Amino acid sequence: MTKVSMTVNGKAASGEVEGRTLLSAFLRETLGLTGTHVGCDTSQCGACVVHVDGRAVKSCTMLALEAEGAEVATIEGQAAPDGTLNAIQAAFQEHHGLQCGFCTPGMVMSAAALLKENPKPTEAEIRHYLEGNLCRCTGYHNIVKAILAASGQDVSAIAAE
Amino acid sequence: MYEFGFTRPTSVADAVAAMGEEDAQALGGGQTLIPTLKQRLAMPVTLVSLSGIAEMQGIQSGDGQLVIGGATRHADVAAGAGAYPALAALAGGIGDPAVRNRGTIGGSLANNDPAACYPAAALASGATIVTNLREIGADEYFQGMFTTALEDGEIITAVRFPLPEAANYQKFLQPASRFAMVGVFVAKFADGVRVAVTGASEEGVFRWGEAEAALSANFTADAISGLSVPADGMIGDIHGSKSYRAHLVGVMTKRAVEAAA
Amino acid sequence: MPKDIDAKERGIGAATKRREDVRFLTGTGNYTDDINVNGQAYVFFLRSDMAHGRITSLDTAAAAEMPGVLRIFTGKDFEGVGGLPCGWQVTDRFGEVMQEPAHPVLAQGKVRHVGDPIAAVVAETLEQARDAAEAIELDIEELPAVIDMKAALEDGAPKVHDDLTSNLCYDWGFVEENKEAVTKAFEEAAHVTTLELVNNRLIANPMEPRVAVGDFNRATGDSTLYTTSQNPHVIRLLMGAFVLGIPEHKLRVVAPDVGGGFGTKIFHYAEEAFCTFAAKALNRAVKWTASRSEAFMSDAHGRDHVTKIELALDADNNFTALRTDTYANMGAYLSTFAPSVPTWLHGTLMAGNYKTPLIYVNVKAVFTNTVPVDAYRGAGRPEATFQLERVIDKAALELGVDPIALRRQNFITEFPYATPVAVEYDTGDYVATMDKLEEVADLAGFAARRAESEKAGKLRGLGVNCYIEACGIAPSQLVGQLGARAGLYESATVRVNATGGIVVMTGSHSHGQGHETSFPQVISEMIGIPEDMIEIEHGDTANTPMGMGTYGSRSLAVGGSAMVKATEKIIAKAKKIAAHLMEASDADVELKDGQFSIAGTDKSVAWGDVTLAAYVPHNYPLEEIEPGLEETAFYDPSNFTYPSGAYACEVEVDPETGKVSIERFAAADDFGNIVNPMIVDGQVHGGIGQGIGQALLEGCVYDEDGQLLSASFMDYAMPRADDVPFYQVDHSCQTPCTHNPLGVKGCGEAGAIGSPPAVVNAVVNALRSAGKDVTHIDMPLSPARVWAAMQG
Repeated sequence: MTKVSMTVNGKAASGEVEGRTLLSAFLRETLGLTGTHVGCDTSQCGACVVHVDGRAVKSCTMLALEAEGAEVATIEGQAAPDGTLNAIQAAFQEHHGLQCGFCTPGMVMSAAALLKENPKPTEAEIRHYLEGNLCRCTGYHNIVKAILAASGQDVSAIAAE
Repeated sequence: MYEFGFTRPTSVADAVAAMGEEDAQALGGGQTLIPTLKQRLAMPVTLVSLSGIAEMQGIQSGDGQLVIGGATRHADVAAGAGAYPALAALAGGIGDPAVRNRGTIGGSLANNDPAACYPAAALASGATIVTNLREIGADEYFQGMFTTALEDGEIITAVRFPLPEAANYQKFLQPASRFAMVGVFVAKFADGVRVAVTGASEEGVFRWGEAEAALSANFTADAISGLSVPADGMIGDIHGSKSYRAHLVGVMTKRAVEAAA
Repeated sequence: MPKDIDAKERGIGAATKRREDVRFLTGTGNYTDDINVNGQAYVFFLRSDMAHGRITSLDTAAAAEMPGVLRIFTGKDFEGVGGLPCGWQVTDRFGEVMQEPAHPVLAQGKVRHVGDPIAAVVAETLEQARDAAEAIELDIEELPAVIDMKAALEDGAPKVHDDLTSNLCYDWGFVEENKEAVTKAFEEAAHVTTLELVNNRLIANPMEPRVAVGDFNRATGDSTLYTTSQNPHVIRLLMGAFVLGIPEHKLRVVAPDVGGGFGTKIFHYAEEAFCTFAAKALNRAVKWTASRSEAFMSDAHGRDHVTKIELALDADNNFTALRTDTYANMGAYLSTFAPSVPTWLHGTLMAGNYKTPLIYVNVKAVFTNTVPVDAYRGAGRPEATFQLERVIDKAALELGVDPIALRRQNFITEFPYATPVAVEYDTGDYVATMDKLEEVADLAGFAARRAESEKAGKLRGLGVNCYIEACGIAPSQLVGQLGARAGLYESATVRVNATGGIVVMTGSHSHGQGHETSFPQVISEMIGIPEDMIEIEHGDTANTPMGMGTYGSRSLAVGGSAMVKATEKIIAKAKKIAAHLMEASDADVELKDGQFSIAGTDKSVAWGDVTLAAYVPHNYPLEEIEPGLEETAFYDPSNFTYPSGAYACEVEVDPETGKVSIERFAAADDFGNIVNPMIVDGQVHGGIGQGIGQALLEGCVYDEDGQLLSASFMDYAMPRADDVPFYQVDHSCQTPCTHNPLGVKGCGEAGAIGSPPAVVNAVVNALRSAGKDVTHIDMPLSPARVWAAMQG
């Protein structure tokens, strides 16, 4: 076992891990941050997306020891300390961008990474950026719409709401 | 995963030393290796992470070439390889954003997955694979699917791309994995055109000589209409037959030429 | 924007934002894998890598000595334990009951599909369990596998189960008495259209893989199972009564937040029984979390029908008879509701939206060396819809008539309508939904859009179809006659607290459908109090009444109706209390906006005054009624509900590669009354996404040896955000259901039922626009298949 230390959602976090311990396992099991989900074992589904040093990564495809000294952000750190949802979270609720909620943490974290890179993405850019995030409930309609809305764009013309 | 040790050296020399230990395995971005380890298909004693080696990071251009550190991530190539737009575009289309934030060019080339994108770029560009030991020309480097000229313990420290006059990469996605079902990289140099095909062949990435000859004489899509690769030797699977892949090689080559010209 | 949205701030019809979202958006949901019981051990299942074989030796001695191993279980440990039960017994067309093989928790002597569990290693950590599993010495004599259904029925085919007479589970005919008349109608037909097609095998793949945590309390003798289930009470009954012999009062099943189900989390699985059993045997909690790779070979698959359908028409293009011949894959064992899917959930829907007077359906259910097949979103109804709506399009082609006109000509227009396949549609208006579709989809603009696509070198196609489904799966007496071994009612307990807040304990289960938001809307409407005064409890057998769970678009129609019935009892009692407080007759008491009043007087008491009086009964009619305010109702409807609609898809096909892109998709649905239009639209979006997935992308493929070729997301193509467009959905056509108190029909499956034929119709239409003589392509319409079809 090796000690690993990092900053998670702005707070120092450390624990003993094996070489093979995945970042997702460290977050879920050692730190108890179970908002990061694991939905596959081939790096396809994106339920495990977190930010490491400001970049979206699949935490199930990264060793915890690779995050030594890194700044990690997870879904648990997205809302304000008083519980107020951030703009993306609020848009997902407003536009029904989630159903079962399992893919949602990864979707929100990917959306946050997108809007940081591209503050006003088009529909096509959003759909393309979400290539690594699978959702089985929504048919993606309201996820894409929510991200458009979170970026401050008018979504009133989009069908079916 | 089986248990393994982990080390993260900060210099190529230290990495080479670590790789000298028994059953040591280099870890680039891990986007292929970690899923492989999860399936218990590999059993390294130690993983040697290359992510902490500053000298293997970054992109430099000049003298008609682009040099990319072996541990440079796809996202950084997409953003920083402006001197070679077709290569930047290729890097920006690998996997998905989260994969591009971890995966590295050296890792991709060392693995030489038959459906990976970078091998097509390296082979079509006539790139040079720079390792801790030597420099390997792309034509010698790729030796069939998952097989390269790398020796045990050898590390790709950089990849040197000569800059073509025109180039383009066209990828037709396998619907599930979104790897290349067929990817064609076309690069036009002063002394001729090189065409490399990934995803399609049972032998891994390959150069399509017939198309190269035709395009070297006349760099237009029309020049290759009527040419085709033989279906024999193409991959046939649940996503497409051998003949379908052979057909796509022609279509993607044509589109790459149109986009490059 | 449709007018009903935001028209109301609360209650039925309001687009109330979902309260459950807050926990899911902040990472504070409580999914089964988030549950860790003190001292839990982990199980790893050693699964068969062979499709069919005889276990010749299984030696766990060395493995059992490996570090961390607590115990290794094999089939021997389950010899005295029941097998996994099947919940539906189909009677075949000769009056015989189906062949029903044993389904052991762990393999007994034979393995019958890749993924069949052979041994279970319980250890301190998962990796230790996995290490030990590799050390188990196992020899399997490989037997020839049967994968293709028709081959499985040939004389001399290898048998999946040695103790059965063949691989035929049943040969079902419906309606058997109509068979002769149907034959005669075909002989007399002016035109017959025939189509052979495959309804591709699918894997539901909810994003949350299955998880089970078994726990045992030695002090009380109570067992607890936390599991990813759509119906915890059903699991408690099946596992307790039929597998492990634990009475309900000693067994608690909890299905907490569940990350999607789509049918595949209805069924009782071996891993659930194992974890519950092992926890007791070891006196330690035992946890199993499926990897996605494991899910592919252990979750029940869906669909997998091969069908020949024939449609007979008279000289005026009226449908005169329909005949189908279907092979339905059961897989290696009968999953919980598998036999019902190709029969009662499929044959009874073959009339569709049309007044075809004579119908005969034959279904041969077949055992093969593949993972069991059971209900997946729509379950039987998508298969029925796909056949019917494809054969109608083909008939229109052959006759040279407009496919929409051919449908309209044959629509059922008078309700109630008794079909020739046993069900009676209560309400519907198929003309209205088709009219609405034409408007929403802008079918008039198609020609111009096709011209634009052609300019860009793309082939554009339009596909339209209708659907009908039977939802609100119930009623108990009917399904009992049809072979169900369970009732299909639903339950609710409405508990009003002293200060007026309400907790509803429902037997329905929400795993994405938003019950926690929509159910309170109904009670808010009935009582006139804010929705946030009402909470929904579900998913824990310890605090909810016996229920049948969520599937078949039944939660609101059946579970919601139970809640309405219980709330009616609450209101009736509350009125008696109010009448006492106001010194009036309860017959004169009115309840509006949370106030009880007496018409024509200024007397009134608030909801909270009445609820407080119920629990502090100082001034209370104790001689007439008991204190307290809590009521339970069980609701068993008199019929299914029949949602219906019309869908349109526009595609572009790249003629060089065969790649299909969905350019537009529109749906006009009739779900009866709507409680939360935002949630309804979301359900339709999700169903369409899955339907497009089936039509274009998804296919579960075995090779001839029974190896699963599509064994991960690397080879099983899931729809992604850039595979689909925004959808135009409309639910403004509303013919309320006549036999439930809410007038609702259910909306969860419609999208998945209605969309596949629209996509395939559109692609065929696109290819024909380029002069290709294509009449059908089997799903999924991958680029390779479409390209191959274009080559002729």
